[in-house]
Amino acid sequence: MTDLTDLSMTQALAGLAKKEFTATELTDRYIKASIKGQAATNAYITTTFDAAREAAKASDERRAAGHAGTMDGIPIAMKDLYCTKGVQTTAASKILEGFVPTYESTVSQKLADAGCITLGKANLDEFAMGSSNTTSAYGNVVSPWSGEDPANAARKLVPGGSSGGSAAAVAGRMALAATGTDTGGSIRQPAAITGIVGIKPTYGRCSRFGIIAYASSLDQAGAMTRTVADAALMLREMAGHDPKDSTSLNLPVPDFTQALGQSVKGLRIGIPREYRIDGIPAEIDTIWGKGAQMLREAGAEVVDITLPHTKYALPTYYIIAPAEASSNLARYDGVRFGLRETGDSLTEMYENTRGSGFGVEVRRRILMGTYVLSAGYYDAYYKKAQRVRRLIRQDFIGAFEKCDVILTPSAPSTAFAIGENEDDPIKMYLEDVFTVTLNLAGLPGIVVPMQLCANGLPMGMQLIGKPFDEMTLFKAAAALESAAGYNAKPPFVG
Amino acid sequence: MAYVQGQTGEWEMVIGLEVHAQVTSQAKLFSGASAAFGGAPNAHVSLVDAGFPGMLPVINKYCVEQAVRTGLGLKAQINLTSVFDRKNYFYADLPNGYQISQFTQPIVGKGEIILDLEGGKSRTVGITRLHLEQDAGKSMHDQSPTETFVDLNRAGVALMEVVSEPDMRSGEEAAAYLKKLRAIVRYLGSCDGNMEEGSMRCDVNISMRRVGVETLGTRCEIKNVNSIRFVMQAIDYEAQRQVEILEGGGEIKQETRLWDTGKGITRAMRSKEEAHDYRYFPDPDLLPLVLDAAWVEDIKKTLPELPDEKKQRFISQYGLTDYDASVLVAEKASADFFETVAKGRDGKLAANWLTSELFGALNKMGKSIEESPISGAALGGLIELISNDTISGRIAKDVFAEMLASGKPAAQIVEEKGLRQVTDMGAIGAEIDKILAANADKVAEYRAGKDKLFGFFVGQVMKATGGKLNPAMLNDTLKEKLKG
Repeated sequence: MTDLTDLSMTQALAGLAKKEFTATELTDRYIKASIKGQAATNAYITTTFDAAREAAKASDERRAAGHAGTMDGIPIAMKDLYCTKGVQTTAASKILEGFVPTYESTVSQKLADAGCITLGKANLDEFAMGSSNTTSAYGNVVSPWSGEDPANAARKLVPGGSSGGSAAAVAGRMALAATGTDTGGSIRQPAAITGIVGIKPTYGRCSRFGIIAYASSLDQAGAMTRTVADAALMLREMAGHDPKDSTSLNLPVPDFTQALGQSVKGLRIGIPREYRIDGIPAEIDTIWGKGAQMLREAGAEVVDITLPHTKYALPTYYIIAPAEASSNLARYDGVRFGLRETGDSLTEMYENTRGSGFGVEVRRRILMGTYVLSAGYYDAYYKKAQRVRRLIRQDFIGAFEKCDVILTPSAPSTAFAIGENEDDPIKMYLEDVFTVTLNLAGLPGIVVPMQLCANGLPMGMQLIGKPFDEMTLFKAAAALESAAGYNAKPPFVG
Repeated sequence: MAYVQGQTGEWEMVIGLEVHAQVTSQAKLFSGASAAFGGAPNAHVSLVDAGFPGMLPVINKYCVEQAVRTGLGLKAQINLTSVFDRKNYFYADLPNGYQISQFTQPIVGKGEIILDLEGGKSRTVGITRLHLEQDAGKSMHDQSPTETFVDLNRAGVALMEVVSEPDMRSGEEAAAYLKKLRAIVRYLGSCDGNMEEGSMRCDVNISMRRVGVETLGTRCEIKNVNSIRFVMQAIDYEAQRQVEILEGGGEIKQETRLWDTGKGITRAMRSKEEAHDYRYFPDPDLLPLVLDAAWVEDIKKTLPELPDEKKQRFISQYGLTDYDASVLVAEKASADFFETVAKGRDGKLAANWLTSELFGALNKMGKSIEESPISGAALGGLIELISNDTISGRIAKDVFAEMLASGKPAAQIVEEKGLRQVTDMGAIGAEIDKILAANADKVAEYRAGKDKLFGFFVGQVMKATGGKLNPAMLNDTLKEKLKG
């Protein structure tokens, strides 16, 4: 019998439906994998195994009673940015250590309603700020891809970030799927370098209610899974209008799984020349070309497009995101919840609390954000960045007149070693170079694993869709996945 | 114009007001928590108000409607697209570390308020804008010797900030502005206008310039002056202070000052250099607020008659003086009361009785018009008895006093006490004859030219008849009879 952790979500649901195994068996297997994997990867900040076992039992009862949900019995990891009722929620920050929400985020509630079983709260970069999961106050996440390959044996590799714990858990077979959030690439970059599928839907598809905010106009929830089909199913359950989030889209959610297996014949795939940038390994360029070829062979038409303002995307992102963050994180002041360090005055209490509660990267972004919003600098930075943001969006609107989906690389390199990019924040920020444009434009994007590179590490490609057109995106992604036939497993699996 | 007399000449005040008016609403601006005044500390606080992680604001449509109604009441431009911004600053009673407000694109643009001034004069003051924003919580420093407590009941309550142009030139004008604004929001029901409970708060911007000078001087802002009386006092104090500095060759520092009620002075709170940098930017949690023009039109159609229109109608419909009409419309309750009294009756008479007798009596009792022991209908009954000559004006005053004391209707009092006016010519003549007979010597003096004695005879007759004779008829008949 195959190991239960080798099944995709879709396969596991079929097995559960056919009573080949129970949710309890599946969950117990994943708990065992998580215990083993946690020691190697530190993918979780908090585990909730007891609650998971209870939930599995309830799931089995629902299934026996004939009213199982659409994801009933599926064990998942929940990024620790989603507030979960009764379970510590930290955002990987010391400032929220011990914070136990009395409320549940809309998306995690929807997944629970669909029958998902949460194994624990996945590690991440502090407040989702980072591309390596090395800014967490609860320790680095180590990629399950570290280890056995001689090229990587001596090094501990990053899983990417900020949804690094989610990526490590899914890639390392410690969870069947995981939630992520994506502000500048936080789902897609870790998915790409851990060899899994990651989808960031159109801005507003998923409710942000109960998800701890980093940069509100960019933050979006999404799914991290092992297959495109799993991502389609999971996103369908996560998405939907929420009256508690004024920016959530009041549109019906299509059944994304209907897009799977549909022909891409005649679909126009755009290749933006501006994504061919200096310093990117030739191998990534080669895989990109291969991806285009695969889609062409599947009947799609490949067209060159231009996105002229691409080069301004990173600087624009690193103005807007920190600006919003500086304001969003002002609430962590030691007055009402989380960490409080005392002081002789209110100001001193703030300084002590925030000084010791926030890590270096978070403090750096708060400082940058405060600066760009300051009187005298607002026009030159924030306002200008908003204008560039509109231009970037217009680039895409123009490009989508010529194509239906855009194919690009998803990360500038395969996984790097922990500590490698730490000396130079700018170098770390470059990790988001292919992904931030979508957040700025509010577009949906999906990463599909392609192959292992020469160094034995996985690399995925990114597909970008029109706003609200996740259906076409899933159609193209499924075709690419099928052609790539990626089935590599990391050295460490739980 | 009330100029300030300095040592070196006359100075003119330039005053603009910023009024924070709390929207009368069940729930807060961005959360479902109760907006009620009072309550145990932190009893009316939702997770959104307390700024918990992951919480998001959702605009309260009712509050938007009240802002639009108020904007329409101020004859102001309604901006169909407006934007909520974050005003960032740290304070313990500001849970999010920012206040959601409207900065560059408020919901209401330019409008106007007509001030009713002494002697029936009026003056138009421009409204710069009205925007919606959240209130902050309250820091309580008196609960512990070492700690400050925070009450978030008010945090997130909807406020309308109404900003005037610097169009006022005296404390009296500022007071008239506040009274008029309060009347308008009360007519609209968009704010209860209660300054004592803090549902209307006022910041005063004031600068001085020499009479005749057009340019504006450097201004100071006086914060949180919480009664109309204090606004006037603060303005007068601040005007003197600024004039003394300017005449002494000094310069006014642009700063925020605080009105010290106890000492009756303003004192510096923070200077321009110490001012917060609020780092305003559009709140990414909220989409721009886009109003449907048809919705605004519908609101316009349901606006009640406002003070200015009501005043004009009172003048034309009831023939009131400008002054009486102004007094009556200042409070919606008095205007409504007046109409109950005046409906189908002599409007001028009704206005006189209301403004001089009833208001005076209520004032003495410390009661508001809503608490009047005499209802509008009852006072109307009294007016009717005067108008149809059942009683004289003089008797009416006694009846009125009795109404106040007993709450009985005027007609009943008149019947019970037999106060019905005597209009029977024969009866009047007989009463006069009696008096003239008893005072033959005085009659002789009168006829000899001592005209002043006429009043004496009137008084004697009235005294003898308990004032029940119709005064005009008494006069006429008495004159006839004295001719001899």
